[in-house]
Amino acid sequence: MNASLSKLVGGKQGAIGLALLAALIFVVLPLGVDIFRLNLVGKYLTYAFVAVSLVLLWGNGGILSLGQGIFFGLGGYGMAMFMKLEASDPITTKIQTTPGIPDFMDWNQITELPWFWHPFQSLPLTILAILVIPALFAYFIGFAMFKRRVGGVYFAIITQAIALILSILIVGQQGLTGGVNGITDLKTVMGWDTRTDSAKYILYYVNGILLIGSILLSKYILNSKFGMLLLAMRDKEERVRFSGYDVSNFKIFIFCVAAMISAVGGAMFTLQVGFMSPSFVGIVPSIEMVIFCAVGGRMSLIGAVYGTLLVNYGKTVFSETYPELWLFLMGGLFITVVMFFPNGLAGIYEKYAKKIKFLRKFSDAQPEKAADVVPTNEIKEMGAKA
Amino acid sequence: MSTLNRRGFMKAGGALVGALLAAGLITTNAFAADFPTAKVNTTGLAVTDTTVKVGILHSATGTMAISETGSIQAEKLAIDQINAMGGILGRKIEVIQEDGASDWPTFAEKAKKLLASDKVAAVMGCWTSASRKAVLPVFEKENGLLFYPTFYEGLEQSKNVFYTGQEATQQVIAGLDWIAKEKKAKTFYLIGSDYIWPRTSMKIARKHIEKNLKGSVVGEEYIALGDTQFGSVINKIKLKKPDVIYAAVVGGSNVAWFKQLNAAGLNSTKQTMLTISVTEDEVLGIGGENLAGFYSAMKYFQSQDNPANKKFVAEFKKKWGAKSVIGDVTQAAYLGPWLYKAAVERAGSFDVDKVQAALPGYELKDAPEGPVTVEKNHHLTTKLRIGQWQKDGQAKVVYTSGYIKPDPFPKGYQ
Repeated sequence: MNASLSKLVGGKQGAIGLALLAALIFVVLPLGVDIFRLNLVGKYLTYAFVAVSLVLLWGNGGILSLGQGIFFGLGGYGMAMFMKLEASDPITTKIQTTPGIPDFMDWNQITELPWFWHPFQSLPLTILAILVIPALFAYFIGFAMFKRRVGGVYFAIITQAIALILSILIVGQQGLTGGVNGITDLKTVMGWDTRTDSAKYILYYVNGILLIGSILLSKYILNSKFGMLLLAMRDKEERVRFSGYDVSNFKIFIFCVAAMISAVGGAMFTLQVGFMSPSFVGIVPSIEMVIFCAVGGRMSLIGAVYGTLLVNYGKTVFSETYPELWLFLMGGLFITVVMFFPNGLAGIYEKYAKKIKFLRKFSDAQPEKAADVVPTNEIKEMGAKA
Repeated sequence: MSTLNRRGFMKAGGALVGALLAAGLITTNAFAADFPTAKVNTTGLAVTDTTVKVGILHSATGTMAISETGSIQAEKLAIDQINAMGGILGRKIEVIQEDGASDWPTFAEKAKKLLASDKVAAVMGCWTSASRKAVLPVFEKENGLLFYPTFYEGLEQSKNVFYTGQEATQQVIAGLDWIAKEKKAKTFYLIGSDYIWPRTSMKIARKHIEKNLKGSVVGEEYIALGDTQFGSVINKIKLKKPDVIYAAVVGGSNVAWFKQLNAAGLNSTKQTMLTISVTEDEVLGIGGENLAGFYSAMKYFQSQDNPANKKFVAEFKKKWGAKSVIGDVTQAAYLGPWLYKAAVERAGSFDVDKVQAALPGYELKDAPEGPVTVEKNHHLTTKLRIGQWQKDGQAKVVYTSGYIKPDPFPKGYQ
C-alpha cells in the first residue's frame, strides 16, 4: 500500500513537488491575494488542466496536438449550455417572443429549443456529457488518424484544422450556439449563485482539487507500464510496433484521456468566469496552451502548472501596466524562455536541483534518452517524432 | 481572510492620513469643501479629496484596435478638457486604461479588475456587442457604471450601463422612411455581416419595410465576419434590381464589398445604397472614391456645421493629429465623460446608485452632434442624419430627422 502510494506520487521528490504545489494552491494563494486575484488564479488554473494534458500527450507521448482548445471548449460549452438553460426560465425571459429559450436564440428567430440542448437541462447528464463527448470526439479523431499511422506534423496540422472548423461552426451557427458572442450571462447552478465571493472560494478549491486529481491520474498513468510504453513510442515507435504492441490503440487512449482532462478544465472555466466563447476553441488558444506547457517544461506535470501560472500572470501584469505594449513584452518572455531555457521552468529546476525521481526511473531503461533535460534540437524535432 | 482585514485596515488608515493631509492642503478648493469625500463617496470608490479614478476599457491591441482607438482618443480628450475646467466636484479625473485586446474574456477580466480592485467610479468602454455582453454580468454584480459608445442592436437595458450610441430602431426606422420617401423606393435588398447587430437591425428593417412602408424585401443575405467574397451576392443583386441596397457590412469585409460593387458597375449613379455601418473611420479604409454618392444613416458626421462640433473637431485634431477622422462612435464616446460629469454634479455624489438616478432627464446641450437627452431607459434621445459620402471621405448631411426617442425593446418588431 505504502509502496504503491509512493509510486503514485513519484517517490520522495515527486511527493515534495506535489506537496509544494498543493500548498501554493490551497494555502499560500488564498491567504496572499484578494478574492478578485484569486478568481483570476482560478481561471489560469483551468488552463493548467490543458497544459497537464499536453504533458501527457506531447511531452511523454510525442503526440503534438495543436487543437486541445477543442476539448477545453467542448467541456466549457457543455457547462455553459446547462447554466444558460437554467438562466432562461420562462419568467425571466418573458419579454422574448418565445419565453423559456436562451436569449440569443430568440434574437435569431428560433422558436424552439434545438434537440441537442435538451440533455443539458439535467446536471448529471451535463456532467456526463462534459466527460463523454470530448472523449468520444477524441476517439473518432484518434481512430481516423492513428489507425492510418498519421502522426507528427501531420497530426498537429489536422488537429489545428479541426479546431478552426469547430470555431467557425460555432461562430456561424449563432442561433444554436450564441455565435461570436458566446454563451453569456451565466449565473447559477441548481439555484446556487456562482458569482458570490463564497461561491468563488468554493469553486476555486474544487478546481484545485480536480487539478491535483488530474495530475495524480496522469502520474499514475505515466508510472504504469503504459507510461513506459508511451515513452518508448515517443522515442522509437517502430520498435514498439515490431515488439507486437498495437501502437495506435495506445495513442487513441492517451488522446482520449488528455481530451477528458482538458474538458474538465473547460467546465471549471465556465463555472468560474461565467461565460464561454468561441475564442477558447480556435487555433490561437490551442497554441497558447502549448506555450504554457512549453514554458513550464513539457516533461513535467507540475512544471506545466507553474508555466501556465507564470505566462498568465505575465499577461495580466504586463497588460495592466502597459496596455499598448504588453504583447511585445509577452513575445520577449517567450523568446527568452525558448532561447535560454528550452526545457522551461522544470528545466531550470533540473539544472539547479536534483533530478526528479519519477523521471529518473526511466533513465535506467533508456540511459541515453530519458534524461529529462532534452537537448534543444530535440524539441524542434518533437513534432516529427511521433 | 485575515490578511484581507489587515489590508482593509491599512487602506483605511492610509486614507485617513491622506484625508487629513489633503484637508490641510486643499482648503482653497471650494468644491472639496462643499463636497467632503466622506459624503460624496459612501461606497468606497477610488475618490479622494482631489482625484477620482475612471477606467477606460477598449481594445488597444488586436483586430478591434483600429475601431476602438478613436473611442479611446475621444474619451481621453473629454477627460483632459474636464480636468482643465477643474474636474468633477473639484476632483481631477485619473484614468486607468486597460486593454481588452479584442478578446471578450479579457474584457470581462479587466472590467472586474477595474471595478473590484481599482474601485473606479465609472468606466468608459467596450465597442462590440460581444464585449459588452461579456462585461455586463460583471458590472451588474459589482454595481459599476459603464458608458457604452457604439450604435448597437438594442434588446438590452441595464441600470449599470448608459448607452451613448443609438439603439437599432433609432438608426433604422427614420433612415428607411427617408429613403422610401426621397427615392420612392419600394424594393429593398438587405445585406449584413453575420452577427447579432446586423441580424437584429435587419429584422427591424424588414418589419418596417413590409408593414409600414408597404414595400418588399427582395433579398436578405448574411456573410461571415471577415469574408471578402461578394461575387454571388452581387450577381443576385443585379438579378433582383432592388431600388435600395440596405447594408450593415462591417470590418474588413467592407473594403471588399464596396470595391467589388464598383468593379461590377454598381456605383452610386446606377444603384442607391443606404448603409448603417459606415462612418468616417471605415471610409478611411475603404477609400472615398469607392463609395462616393452612397448614403449612411448615423447620428453624427464630422462635417456637421455647428460651433460645438467645430470646436470638438479642432481640439481632437490638435491632440491626436491633423489626419485623424471622427466617426459616429468616436463622437458618442466623447459624450461619455461629459455625461458622467453632469450626472455626478446633479447627484452631488459619486455613489453609483445616486449617479444612475441623477442622469435620466439630463440634456447635454453642447454635444458636437447637437443636444441630446438621457432617457429613463439609459439611452439617448437623438436625431438621425443621412450623410452622402464625398470623394474626400467626408459626408454631406442631406437630411436631419426630428428627435427620436430610444426604444430598445420595440413592440411589433420582434
